[in-house]
Amino acid sequence: MSKKVLVAMSGGVDSSVAALILKEQGYEVIGAHMKLWDYVDVGADFYKDGRCCTIDSITDWRLVCDAINAPFYVLNMSAHFRDTVIENFVSEYKDGRTPNPCVQCNSDVKWNTFLKKAKELGCDYMATGHYAIIEKMATGRFTIRKGVDGTRDQSYVLWGVSQEALSKTLMPLGTLLKKEVREIARKHKLRTAEKAESREICFIVDDNYRRFLTEYEQKRNREFKEGELLHEDGRLLGKHKGTPFYTIGQRKGLGLTYPVPLYVKEIDVKNNKVIVSENDSLFKDRLTAKEINWVGGKPQSKEFSAEVKIRYLHEPADSTVLCLSDNKVEIKFKDMQRAITPGQSVVWYQNDCLLGGGYIV
Amino acid sequence: MEHIYLDHNATTPVDKEVLEAMLPYLTDKYGNASSVHQAGRDAKVGLENSRETIANIINCQPQELFFTSGGTESDNIAIMGTALRLKSRKNHLVVGAAEHHAIFEPAEFLHQSENLELTMLGVNGEGFHSAEELKKIVTEKTSIVSLMHANNETGAIQDIKSLASVAHEKKALFHTDAVQSIGKIKVDVKEIDVDMLSLTGHKIYGPKGAGALFIREGIKISPLFYGGSHEKKRRPGTENVAGIVGLAKALEIAETKRDDDFNRLNKLADFFIDKLVRLLPDVHMNSPRKNRIPQTVNVSFIGCEGESIVLSLDLKNISVSSGSACTSGAVEPSHVLTAMGIPAITAQSSIRFSMGRSTTKEQIEYLLNELPPIINRLREMSPVYSNK
Repeated sequence: MSKKVLVAMSGGVDSSVAALILKEQGYEVIGAHMKLWDYVDVGADFYKDGRCCTIDSITDWRLVCDAINAPFYVLNMSAHFRDTVIENFVSEYKDGRTPNPCVQCNSDVKWNTFLKKAKELGCDYMATGHYAIIEKMATGRFTIRKGVDGTRDQSYVLWGVSQEALSKTLMPLGTLLKKEVREIARKHKLRTAEKAESREICFIVDDNYRRFLTEYEQKRNREFKEGELLHEDGRLLGKHKGTPFYTIGQRKGLGLTYPVPLYVKEIDVKNNKVIVSENDSLFKDRLTAKEINWVGGKPQSKEFSAEVKIRYLHEPADSTVLCLSDNKVEIKFKDMQRAITPGQSVVWYQNDCLLGGGYIV
Repeated sequence: MEHIYLDHNATTPVDKEVLEAMLPYLTDKYGNASSVHQAGRDAKVGLENSRETIANIINCQPQELFFTSGGTESDNIAIMGTALRLKSRKNHLVVGAAEHHAIFEPAEFLHQSENLELTMLGVNGEGFHSAEELKKIVTEKTSIVSLMHANNETGAIQDIKSLASVAHEKKALFHTDAVQSIGKIKVDVKEIDVDMLSLTGHKIYGPKGAGALFIREGIKISPLFYGGSHEKKRRPGTENVAGIVGLAKALEIAETKRDDDFNRLNKLADFFIDKLVRLLPDVHMNSPRKNRIPQTVNVSFIGCEGESIVLSLDLKNISVSSGSACTSGAVEPSHVLTAMGIPAITAQSSIRFSMGRSTTKEQIEYLLNELPPIINRLREMSPVYSNK
């Protein structure tokens, strides 16, 4: 009997093609879309389209699944998503960090609730349209390699996925280029073939996270406090509108007139201060990361060299990884790195193989 | 096994005889019922004969029956049309806590945009309203009370006659949504003494897109649509003659088969329920055993998510439903069950089986075969189900 797989349908063309490829490989494919947020909850306009989780997008996947002769379901996970991902997103900003909700969603929702749903439906696997490769190593562990399309590689957001989850996951697009994926979609006349995609945060429909945070807090009768905006040398330059509105390295929206460009260097939540500096001051040669997931297995030695990525669109930097404990590492960069941002994920590779990742402290 | 359809409360297939009755009105008698020529007259005759057929069945005058696109539209015209018409004198409306969204949402709209007061009448643990409770909330200021005849999720049949009399004591109008009861039990507008009643064809083997609203003679409503004198301006728009002919035919057939269908489905439901509780532990009946449209059996399988049961059964080619589906197709927790005081977790594990004319004992036996392994598998995986 053919193996059964639940394919997570979202975004643009990718998951449609993933479903198609698996179908052609002989899997029994079931498409499912995770409904992650409610229009009212996130302050979006029900009648405005252009996003994942909108009715029009759901119609697209429904018709794609029909075209490839697969059942399609919408799974309502909005309460769970709100309680985990959105709550965490807001509290991270309030604690002076810059969260990456996609990483959170992957470990709390996609490779948790969705995978559970796949098992409940009697599926052997779940699948996504990520550009990354899951590989079984000689040791029996599952590891993640970068997707073949370097410009699309999504291994960065996958560092938190557990071994058990990886063993049950298929990612058929890892070995393809994006343009090949579009070609396949066109060839099969999938209605999502030309669909635009967004790399922004799905539940922030206008890409304005400050608007989102403000409304989210207003609905709960909370607001952000203004405070001092200081130069790193201690001079008071002006006021900030609330620490969550700032992120490390930010230049725009500081409301300052100053002879040279200034950037956010530090967010001091405890004293309600935002500290700015000139660009040179943003560079650091090391960081600490916590909540480590050793995707490639526990390291053989306490110290090893790796290529390190500190944000999604970051050119990996040569570094040394130093294990402080099972759950904590220090990373020393060969060249200084700009705007290392607490709350973001850091991941390290050797030869395009994802060894591990964690949250920047 | 063939496809087993157990979602007749959602919709039904069109009866072949109904289709036969409709076809001439799509091909030969295609006229606009308002036209003066022969083609128009042919359509008009079909329209008015249908009106008379339905009027006879529900015991009203043909001129008291207005055709609409279905239950949602009838409900909207009843609620909005009355409340808006009377708003200068009466600023209060009452709807049941277990109503369909087609009642809730217009009522909520009136509350928000017209500042009308809105009171929800609760239900007891079996889903029934109490006339005593209604008495406490209806006032001289109440324009309309709307309470569903038979509930779509549980099948509970309300004692409309005594509820309506409470409304009438305070000179409030009484509307009932009879979409789930029409053709399945006797619906006589005089006997249950309602002022308005919504019905639709597609739950009784008629086509989708054809329904009607009974408005007792003398009651004036504000129309929701403007643009012609069709349906005496209550509902302008070229009449869906073929659909309406189908609606009348479907209701006619339903009336002749009513008692037989009722008794057969009642036995089948009893068979199903009795077997089910013997086969599986922790099965909670959400539907009342008595005073129920027998085809509706709403059950919670403690420890399982209703959504997972629906999808698992679908993959076995068995169609059932859980909660109510929204536009996206996602399952929302049922407000009907929560109104009955059923805990959210039990409500989320509920399944509505709704049988119909084509349902056989063999199908129910097949379902009883397929269901336990699914429930056991889901309970096995459940982090909350302790009775493994």
